[in-house]
Amino acid sequence: MGRRSRHGLPAVALGVVMVLAACGSGSDDEASDEATAGGTGNASDEGNDDAEGEPESASEGRLLIWADNQRAPVLEPFAESFGDEYGIEVEVAAIAEDLESRFVEAAISGEGPDVVVTAHDHIGNFVQNGVIDPIDLSEDQRQLFDEVAIDVATFEGQLYAVPYAVENLALVRNTDLAPEVPESIEELVATGQELVDDGEASEIMSLQVGEEGDWYHMYPLVTSAGGYLFGRDDDGEYDPDDLGLDSPETVDAFKRIRELGESGTGALKRSIDGDNSRDFFVNGETAFHVTGPWSIADIRASDVPYEVSAIPGFEGEGPARPFLGVQAFFVASAGQNKALAQELVTNYFSQPDVALALYESEPRPPALLEALEQVSADDPDIAGFSEAARDADPMPLIPEMGAVWEPAGIASASIVGGEDVEPALDAAAETIRSVTD
Amino acid sequence: MPHGPDTAKGRETPGTPGTPGTPGAPGTPATPGTPGTPGGSNAPRARVVRDAVRDALRSRTGGSLGAVVAKVTVLGLALALAVAGAFPLVDAGNWLGLLLLAGIAAVIFWIYLSKRKFPAKFLLPGTLLLLVFQLFPIAYTVQVAFTNYGDAHRGSKEHAIAAIESTNLEQVPGSSRYVLSVATDDDPATGRLAFFLTDPDTDEILLGTEDDGVTPVSPAEVQLDDTGQVIDADGWTVLTGQQLAARGGELADMRIPTDDGAITSQGLTAAVELRAVREYDAGCDCIRDRETGQVWYADDDEGYFVGEGGHRLAQGWRVVVGADNFLSVVTDPVIRDYFVGILAWNVTFAFVVVASTFFLGLGVALLLNNARLRMRRGYRVLVVLPYAMPAFAMLLVWRDLFNRDFGLINQLLGMNVDWLGDPWMARLAVLIIQLWLGYPYMFLICTGALQALPREMFESAEIDGAGRWRTFTTITVPLLMVAVAPLLIASFAYNFNNFNAIHLTTGGGPFDPENPRAGATDLLISYTYRLAFGSGAAEFGFAAAVSIYIFGIVALISWAGFRRSRRLEEVYR
Repeated sequence: MGRRSRHGLPAVALGVVMVLAACGSGSDDEASDEATAGGTGNASDEGNDDAEGEPESASEGRLLIWADNQRAPVLEPFAESFGDEYGIEVEVAAIAEDLESRFVEAAISGEGPDVVVTAHDHIGNFVQNGVIDPIDLSEDQRQLFDEVAIDVATFEGQLYAVPYAVENLALVRNTDLAPEVPESIEELVATGQELVDDGEASEIMSLQVGEEGDWYHMYPLVTSAGGYLFGRDDDGEYDPDDLGLDSPETVDAFKRIRELGESGTGALKRSIDGDNSRDFFVNGETAFHVTGPWSIADIRASDVPYEVSAIPGFEGEGPARPFLGVQAFFVASAGQNKALAQELVTNYFSQPDVALALYESEPRPPALLEALEQVSADDPDIAGFSEAARDADPMPLIPEMGAVWEPAGIASASIVGGEDVEPALDAAAETIRSVTD
Repeated sequence: MPHGPDTAKGRETPGTPGTPGTPGAPGTPATPGTPGTPGGSNAPRARVVRDAVRDALRSRTGGSLGAVVAKVTVLGLALALAVAGAFPLVDAGNWLGLLLLAGIAAVIFWIYLSKRKFPAKFLLPGTLLLLVFQLFPIAYTVQVAFTNYGDAHRGSKEHAIAAIESTNLEQVPGSSRYVLSVATDDDPATGRLAFFLTDPDTDEILLGTEDDGVTPVSPAEVQLDDTGQVIDADGWTVLTGQQLAARGGELADMRIPTDDGAITSQGLTAAVELRAVREYDAGCDCIRDRETGQVWYADDDEGYFVGEGGHRLAQGWRVVVGADNFLSVVTDPVIRDYFVGILAWNVTFAFVVVASTFFLGLGVALLLNNARLRMRRGYRVLVVLPYAMPAFAMLLVWRDLFNRDFGLINQLLGMNVDWLGDPWMARLAVLIIQLWLGYPYMFLICTGALQALPREMFESAEIDGAGRWRTFTTITVPLLMVAVAPLLIASFAYNFNNFNAIHLTTGGGPFDPENPRAGATDLLISYTYRLAFGSGAAEFGFAAAVSIYIFGIVALISWAGFRRSRRLEEVYR
């Protein structure tokens, strides 16, 4: 009591300051409250924007591009020269975190960027929330791109993004330990086992599973062994009603995968996860690593001699088909300057030099055929990833896919851990159906 | 604001009104801001003190030049902030918000410019802060809980309709993709815009305006470049790239009507003739597909367009769904079936974490409270270290330590325990992690409480011949509990919702292969996180409803806990 009254005066000062703060944020909250009542944005988002001190809202005569930290500086010079050509200001904002959800929140309230740079798997969510516009490419322009890349960015018959890079899993092999490309999974496991027995390696292979499973990394093995996730109709579109996770084919496939797991050869382990899987390879503790182009920079930085090739399939079965995704440019429907945004995305960012610059910053196969040819001539890694992509399945964009990852991952982790195949797959399939129905 | 030396001319209490020990004011409610609580026989005294406080304050706030300057500055800032805050509100046409803002500003000025209203001067900041930071988020959460706010239900119905229509356009069959140039017959910066469209297949040239649609143009009247683009036309000014860019927003909204649809620009140099595949019909409040004839009717209870057989269009809107979110927690079989089990583990988790961290923290605090121990400070720093590390990173490190094949723990102990894959081991693991992360906090508060215990009590206990154990159980522990019991309850409430402790270590797992919905270490909060956000689409309304339930549970447990701890205080008295 005594203490408080002694500091009465500073308390008044502090109080007034806090009133100011309260007053400031009070009006903020009211504004966004009003906005939300009208079906828009949210307070925390606006707070973030203010905190960053970036002008994040689009306006006429100005283009705003959102990209992640790695892409933003690469795109900067191109954006600038586009701006110079058209006498407008083009700004590239690097959004470090939650780019997609922040974009959705901003776009709903009619704000946010004109152009977004991100992966294609957000298309379903973006369309559901009505925040992106379809993109119109001429037939000639489409011909310039990898056909699958265009397919991947197409949802319900509309193209929603202009792809610039392709990404998929491949097998990265330590050429010292395993000079030969394995023809099949069985051969890979035999070679890996031999190396472990000889003490040259500690793990047969490094494919991330983790305690909660990893459906993305498991998918190539499942498809090679004859399993499938969603059936496809005559147009090649995924059919959400044909979930194949508990089909006899997939059950058989997982029986073969189980043999590779902890109760079998031990090539697949739950203790190998996304955090440590790369370490085994760059430390020379395993000869085989199933991974994507995002790991190449780290692998190059190590001294391990390596080669990239397609993931082998099971003996006597089809090829392993990884998911294929793209990184792409999107046009926001809330943009104030859509004509320019479309021009930028379809005619400017679709040039090979942009694709090459993005490739230089991170080695992924470009989606533009001309750039891809140029790059893969000099870069065997890119050629390897492209080869691995030949049989790839476009990653489904149907909203049902969101419900697949976790249950399917958990089922695959249990099976790798030695649990029975059928109950695990049945439970996962049932969970997915209960969410999507 | 200057806090000058205590030169106030108070009648009784120089400078420090109400300080215990000041003559005339023991135990009186002398806090400024508490308006005269008549304290029985103390009432006259209380008034004297209150007057003294008032005089003291008045002489300070009104007296010095510094105080006036500070007052003007701070109130000026308040005014500036209010004005700055008004602009966005005016922009948004939020008159209610503006009124509220003006009201708040007026109240601030009225109260702080007044020579009286001391209680209000102290109450106002607190009240405003309470409203803004406490009540507003809660009110917002409750409001969200009654809606279907989430992915596909973020915006308004108009937004959903616009999205459906704009994503369901198709190029009119047989039409070409035109080469576009934009022209005006007036000033390039303001004049009405028109399209010159070159059909690359037939080399036909069309002039399109929003009012008159398209009319053929004779090739003689225009000049083309080698891409077929019109670069010059009689009676028209063709806009340059820069001129066009300046009017890009207008350009994108232009629709040149045709027989089958409308021609719109695609970028700055192309245009296509599009027609709607799905269109909103206000008459039936439905979306109609002109190709298949399918119809989806608006369901304003669910915020979806629903077609035959219950098929829904992906784009929905935000509606009030009443108590649906609350009911589904109780009625949904998936949630109901696992709720009890998860609640039981959740209570156990929070209880064991609090108990184990408290006893370990208390033990270490007692050890390090021994005056004969050398380098106590050094030991204390070491003990507090885990508390100083960012918990976020440490949780990830611990997850790696518990890795079955490559984790340090199994390697050091020479064991092969499936820490994160076996339900009971995983539960033990998260408890161990929380013990490590949490005991330094308990150590800190116990050390503080131990040092504050009155020494005389121990001396008299020693004189009375009490042994160490007896002193500990009858004096140390009861006195300690008075101080730390509320903190233990707070710690319980915190750990009850300790999302990171689970999400970053086991992710709720391990999962029974036959039930991928609820893991062995799932807390209510991590379980509902999976339900609300796990399927790729965020359901904020549902999440808000569940968090209100969890709030209820925690409030109930804390209330029971505080009742018990009050009994402890009575023991002390």
